[in-house]
Amino acid sequence: MVKLQVNGQTQSFDGDPSMPLLWYLRDELGLTGTKYGCGAALCGACTVHVDGEAARACITAVSDVDGRSVITIEGLDPQGNHPVQKAWRALNVPQCGYCQAGQIMQAAALLASNKNPSEDEINSAMSGNICRCGCYQRITAAIKAAATGA
Amino acid sequence: MTPLNVTIENVSRRGFLKGLLATGGLVVAAEFVPARGALAAYATGADKMPHGVRSDPHLFVSIAPDGTVTIVAIRSEMGTGSRTSLPMVVADELDADWSRVRVAQAPGDEEKYGNQDTDGSRSLRHHMQPMRQCGAAMRQMLETAAAQRWGVPVAEVQAQNHEVVHKPSGRKLGYGELAATASALPAPPLDQIKLKDPNAFRYIGKGNVQIVDLFDITTGRATYGFDAKLPGMLYAVVARPPVFGGKVRSFDADAAMKVPGVEKVVTIEGTPAPAKFQPLGGVAVIARNTWAALKGREALNPTWDDGPNVSHDSAAFKAQMEDTARRPGKVVRNDGDAEQALASAAKVVSAEYYIPHFAHASMEPPSATVRIADGKCEAWACVQSPGNTREELAKKLGLKEDDVTVHVTLLGGGFGRKSQCDFVLEAALLSKAMNGAPVKVIWTREDDLQHDYLHTVSAERIDAGLDRNGKVVAWRHRSVAPTIKSIFAADQLHEAPFELGMGFVDVPFDIPNLRCENGEAAAHTRIGWFRSVSNIPHGFAVQSFVAELAKATEHDPKEMLLALIGPPRIVDPRKSPEVADFWNYGDPFETYPIDTGRLRRVVELVAEKAEWGKKLPPRHGQGIAVHRSFLTYVATVVEAAVDEKGRLTVPRVDTAIDCGFAANPERIRSQIEGAAVMGMSLALYGEITFKKGRVEQSNFDGYRVLRIDESPPVTDVHIVPNAIDVPSSGVGEPGLPPFAPALCNAIFAATGKRIRRLPIGDQLAA
Repeated sequence: MVKLQVNGQTQSFDGDPSMPLLWYLRDELGLTGTKYGCGAALCGACTVHVDGEAARACITAVSDVDGRSVITIEGLDPQGNHPVQKAWRALNVPQCGYCQAGQIMQAAALLASNKNPSEDEINSAMSGNICRCGCYQRITAAIKAAATGA
Repeated sequence: MTPLNVTIENVSRRGFLKGLLATGGLVVAAEFVPARGALAAYATGADKMPHGVRSDPHLFVSIAPDGTVTIVAIRSEMGTGSRTSLPMVVADELDADWSRVRVAQAPGDEEKYGNQDTDGSRSLRHHMQPMRQCGAAMRQMLETAAAQRWGVPVAEVQAQNHEVVHKPSGRKLGYGELAATASALPAPPLDQIKLKDPNAFRYIGKGNVQIVDLFDITTGRATYGFDAKLPGMLYAVVARPPVFGGKVRSFDADAAMKVPGVEKVVTIEGTPAPAKFQPLGGVAVIARNTWAALKGREALNPTWDDGPNVSHDSAAFKAQMEDTARRPGKVVRNDGDAEQALASAAKVVSAEYYIPHFAHASMEPPSATVRIADGKCEAWACVQSPGNTREELAKKLGLKEDDVTVHVTLLGGGFGRKSQCDFVLEAALLSKAMNGAPVKVIWTREDDLQHDYLHTVSAERIDAGLDRNGKVVAWRHRSVAPTIKSIFAADQLHEAPFELGMGFVDVPFDIPNLRCENGEAAAHTRIGWFRSVSNIPHGFAVQSFVAELAKATEHDPKEMLLALIGPPRIVDPRKSPEVADFWNYGDPFETYPIDTGRLRRVVELVAEKAEWGKKLPPRHGQGIAVHRSFLTYVATVVEAAVDEKGRLTVPRVDTAIDCGFAANPERIRSQIEGAAVMGMSLALYGEITFKKGRVEQSNFDGYRVLRIDESPPVTDVHIVPNAIDVPSSGVGEPGLPPFAPALCNAIFAATGKRIRRLPIGDQLAA
């Protein structure tokens, strides 16, 4: 039996402990904001926070998060008004939007550890998150805006 | 005679109140008089699309008693913003307050809504006028209702910002109060519809309306095909033949069934060529969660009869296509006498280009959920073609189309892949195998890359003859590429008119002897539509070659480009010998001619904005390219830098676009910014290859796409301002074709190295 916190709620799971957190969140808890993109930690669409750190849910087994706290896009801010979310909307970042939950979770983790990242630091932190629509220019701008509160 | 652009259809109201627009405020009268006439300022191809186009506000607009306006979006949202932009056009003409507008997504129903295929960069282009008419008609119905209520002449009332005002008395009625009466009125006939003065637009052309899904996207609530959830839903993955046309020989169902959570192993019949939009066949594992299905599939250990395509090898095929391009092909345009002019030229310049297969790799791979109950089928799917999906589902299940409902989710990218509903049909067959239980099929990234409807692969060769003064007097372009037609019929070896018309036979150059030839190429995989389609290889060859001619004649590349384009004029390929069934993207040439004045203007504009010819640091260079596609003119200047180790960076991209009237400039910018990133992705890395008939790439490690740290930090978009009477043209696709040639021309300017084979890959390595 695995016990964990997901968005502040205690959950327990007695299924296959090797199930990736991604499918546990999506199929078992119905938290579909966390997306599948590659299943191999190559694209970042499934990024969540595990004890405050960005993690790829597709290669994180449920057993890896036993006793730990997971935050998904649904739990990032109760009203959906985390500074990163607000900046994303202010700058019209998304096109199709599919990768954006992962991008936002990655950006939020970056800003939690680095309040005013340089462009190089943004590039480095965000380079694991693919956007096929090509919203990168706006992602960079939105992270800067979120950092400065602009 | 001007063809009628739009016909307001007198549609059946039966079942209407139970549908999308059932907001409680709508009372619909029994009789509607068909209204027909020509209001459109210009003709488009919209009415020639399957099922045509509709503009009746009864189909698209409902108003609740509280004033909430619901507008139906009939196009799929895959990132271009059409789900927002079309309703936005309605809302502006309706004089609705956008903050009180909701958008409802139409299910697949083309009898009712007209053509719903979200492809060909057509959504706004074909709906600008009908959606204006729709909104204006509803506004007039509200005004009529108010005038009736007050017993005053309709000329004394005016709709403004969600209410109707009686001008002499200052009385007002909100849209909600008028909804029931107004909706019961017939739509005014087209010749009585009064469109807004463009000066009064509040949203059209402003770029101030945000996409309707913005909040949901940023909070994880937006629902894509992958996200469908139904009670009792099962999850499935399919092991498909690794070689196109192969069949399963054996598999270990018992091993799969031993995985906890696996419910059933089902064989899916393959489809004999041509593939159409049918499933590839294979073995499906159906389980209680995705993980169990994936583990079950791993345990299947299938063996395959590969069939004849097992010998398909990309390296050998490339050599074969290049050889074909060195020999005469089918003549598809023949101005003057290019052969003679080449033979007598003072100098001949020749180059060969190769553009590989691309996979779409939308961030959301294909996924669909289907449930069958009581003889009715419901699907939830990320499809670009919900009408066709419904038709195919009905055929596959032996149902009437009326008994099939296709709910359109958001699409996590599409780029053409999701125009094919093979994955929805898989879900339908598996639901049927589970006695109708809801089954969701997901494609993994490996499935997506290895079983795509790929962008074609192409060999292009151009030979140009120059006279003694360096003027280009002959142009012979040969294109060799498997055709999309090959998925519909056997023995298709030549490009179709709709492929030839994409930057090949429509080349807008002022050259007296101009010949286009198309050599034979067979398809050994499924070829499909990829954003910009054949414009990518044709544009790459033509626009790279222009810079090569500039080098050969010691001209500035921009001046060479303008010299080849020649003076402002209309170029009409229909008048050129051997051009058959010229494809102008399905739209009338008279509305959307090939206007070299507009082509020149985007070249001049982008050159000015990018400061063409400015002094650059060492190992930096600028490249320019221009391409008309989807009736839109786009010019791009790329600044490239290549360091001593051959590492490429792109500090800046400028793109000028003339897409006629710009209905939603903000989304036009986002599309063009994104096209630069995708363009660089494809140029640098994009390639799917086959070995022994099998795709060699399987995920984002082997099939790389551009990441943020490689992406151009500055991508400036310059939109040519146009009045509303300049027909709006495509936006989703035209940004892509000029990027790769502009980049390779910039690399040449920076390094002297000419890239003729995509992807660039490690060709720059020192």
